Amino acid sequence: MASITFREVEGSSLKYWLLFGGLGLFVLFGALAWNHMHHYGHVVTGMDNQIVWGLPHVFAVFLIVAASGALNVASIASVFNKPMYKPLAPLSAILALALMLGGLLVLVLDLGRSDRLIVAMTNFNFKSMFTWNVFLYSGFFGLVGVYLWTMLDRNVKTYSKAAGTAAFIWRLVLTTGTGSLFGFLVARELYGTAMLAPMFIIMSFAYGLAVYLMVLAAAYAWTGRTLGDAVMMRLKSLLVVFVAAVLYFVVVHHMTNLYFTKFHAVEAFILRDGGIYTTLFWVGQILIGGVIPLVILLTALGKQRVWIMIACALIIAGGMAQMYVTIIGAQAYPLDMFPGLIEKSSFYDGVVNSYTPSLPELFLGLGGVAIALLVTTFAVKVLRLLPASLDDATVAKLEH
Amino acid sequence: MSELKSMTDNTPSSPQLESQQRRRFVSAATATAAGLAVAPGVMLYQVAHGRAEDQAASSAVRWGMLVDATKCASGCNDCVTACSTENGWTPVAESKQPKQAPQWIRKLELQDPLTQMETNLPMMCQHCAEPPCVDVCPTGASFKRADGIVLVNRHTCIGCRYCMMACPYKARSLVHEHLNDTQKADVPRGIGCVESCTLCVQKVDRGDGNTACAEACTAAGHNALLFGDMNDPESEISKRLRELPTKQVRADLNLNLGVRYHGI
Amino acid sequence: MKRLLVLGAVILTTAALAWAGSENKPKASGAPKPVIQKAVKGEQCVEDTDYMRRNHMVVLDVHRDKAVIEGIRTPKHSLKECINCHASEKTGSVAAAKDDFCISCHSYASVKIDCFDCHSTKPKASMAMHALNAETAHYKHKLAAQATSKVDVEEMARVAQ
Repeated sequence: MASITFREVEGSSLKYWLLFGGLGLFVLFGALAWNHMHHYGHVVTGMDNQIVWGLPHVFAVFLIVAASGALNVASIASVFNKPMYKPLAPLSAILALALMLGGLLVLVLDLGRSDRLIVAMTNFNFKSMFTWNVFLYSGFFGLVGVYLWTMLDRNVKTYSKAAGTAAFIWRLVLTTGTGSLFGFLVARELYGTAMLAPMFIIMSFAYGLAVYLMVLAAAYAWTGRTLGDAVMMRLKSLLVVFVAAVLYFVVVHHMTNLYFTKFHAVEAFILRDGGIYTTLFWVGQILIGGVIPLVILLTALGKQRVWIMIACALIIAGGMAQMYVTIIGAQAYPLDMFPGLIEKSSFYDGVVNSYTPSLPELFLGLGGVAIALLVTTFAVKVLRLLPASLDDATVAKLEH
Repeated sequence: MSELKSMTDNTPSSPQLESQQRRRFVSAATATAAGLAVAPGVMLYQVAHGRAEDQAASSAVRWGMLVDATKCASGCNDCVTACSTENGWTPVAESKQPKQAPQWIRKLELQDPLTQMETNLPMMCQHCAEPPCVDVCPTGASFKRADGIVLVNRHTCIGCRYCMMACPYKARSLVHEHLNDTQKADVPRGIGCVESCTLCVQKVDRGDGNTACAEACTAAGHNALLFGDMNDPESEISKRLRELPTKQVRADLNLNLGVRYHGI
Repeated sequence: MKRLLVLGAVILTTAALAWAGSENKPKASGAPKPVIQKAVKGEQCVEDTDYMRRNHMVVLDVHRDKAVIEGIRTPKHSLKECINCHASEKTGSVAAAKDDFCISCHSYASVKIDCFDCHSTKPKASMAMHALNAETAHYKHKLAAQATSKVDVEEMARVAQ
């Protein structure tokens, strides 16, 4: 692209270092939270033998799903040959790597025995999705790293399409795997469905693009570079499609479940009787994460940058709510071991399980987010990831 | 001194000696001949009476339990107490963090909303022949031993709790805090690792032939729990399984459980 | 200015290193050598000392897989049996005090072990395990008293186990 100049962010202003320091502080808090959890055990968290995966997993899975989706923009550029997206590709790749790193760190640091990572990397059970994840995630880092290299180094530019295609296919497999983590579990009614894999894929498209848009806009606004409307409008339209598709999958999932009498109780729990989970589903996932952003983006409001940013933030919030309902809501509902009978025991059978996230869990999750953003902030300073200008004129030249 | 008692010598009396010896010779010869085709460690004539300590567990044995829910008394917690005493975990009632307390076995009270009829039964790891927990464990720490006991190898457990998500019976617990050397010498368990009913594997391996819960239930006179080798047609449990109609909990999952229930 | 600071740092570092390495004889406050208590039971270890020093980790590693996965519980390389002999007479444990058998060497060599996150550090039939064993024994006595059928001698003997 002779017409596009990539330049490092200068990164020497006070604001830059304040951002860096602020993110670093949250990374530190995350590390301290991990240390606390590791030293005292999970007794200091809100997770228990009923709610086994909690807030850290909500953060981790969201970050991992968003990471896979953040690579979308680069894929559209290389794999689907849309010239307008090419200058946007390097940031997309680094953001994918950064988000994946943040998500994985949270996941791995929440392990009951996080000192045994080497065991996890040397003992494998190939029937387990988690084992496949070890390879899928490492492969993701490798492939996207190579892909980024083909974008930055002129000598290997010709391999960009091949690397991009490989990364694209790999990340589809990876996100299918992430959805299947839950999809393969036959024990719980809200899991154990093939719907979850494609749903996670489409969610990755939406969340990843929302994060990408916010990071892109912030990077350009804070470095004084021009980001033209052409880019924003194109990406905004794409986002509308993805959010609509997510809503479609959610509707189909719940409609199907509602048709089965045996799922009526659990659906009533999520959709009506679940307290916080019902609120998060309707208000968080559907309204804030779906309907309101669609309204914003499809009306005249969607032409204003501020409103596009608000929509993106809402989509991200809705995504977190969706993860909370998917991961924790499904555990809150008791296992149905004796259908038709009322169960009671000292081990909290037959009752809706309550969960209060603890501070260490929150800071661990936020630490993951902070690491992702910190890596991105640092990368745009040391690498030529951002075009010097993405004004409409420059972008228009690409189309020809 | 050694905790591992060697097997009591089953020296038969003289009239049986000759036929025993003959059987042993034939068996030994067959075993040698068929040795390559048969899984290692399968001793054709010395199963189901406990094993020598240098002998591996074998799939010729399948340990299982029969729970007679009709005999299970409401309000009785003997099996739970026996398990917690034998295996060294703190009963929930005494725990400072009950929601995070492990429960290897618990009493379930079931009520039919139509008739108000109540059923009581103990629920523990069902020792599935096709365990979902084994499928999902990333390190293979959750595994099924050759003789059917589903265990957690805490040397490789990383505490990811995926098995807890996968178990249809909520059988598994995570140890949430340091145990500070309060473990029983025979039952290692530790912080950050997941655990569940082991069918008293430490007792089984040293030849006790019974689990703590079943012993306690029998001692209390309820006789609701019967432990034994389901592969041995002459064992008490096999005979009872042929007499009583039994069901598996969540039978639609088709996991071929090692724990069967009568009266549900 | 910068050069002066760098020079100062170099001088200070060199001086510190020189002072640290200047002792002819090791000071008493150096790392404490491990106190290898003699085992309280038996004449000798199951393997000879040199072999054990180099290979006990391999021995334990191999044996633990055999024990857990295959159920082979030969006493020779069993951790429980190690503890039975090597537990300190004072603390009744191999890992309670700084000079107990396992900890003394491992803290000297700075090699962290996590065996005792899960394994008891005390022999089963020891006074140190009295409380836990007593609980079991009392409970089993109670069960035996309730038993409706005759409890044989072997069963009673197993009560302490």
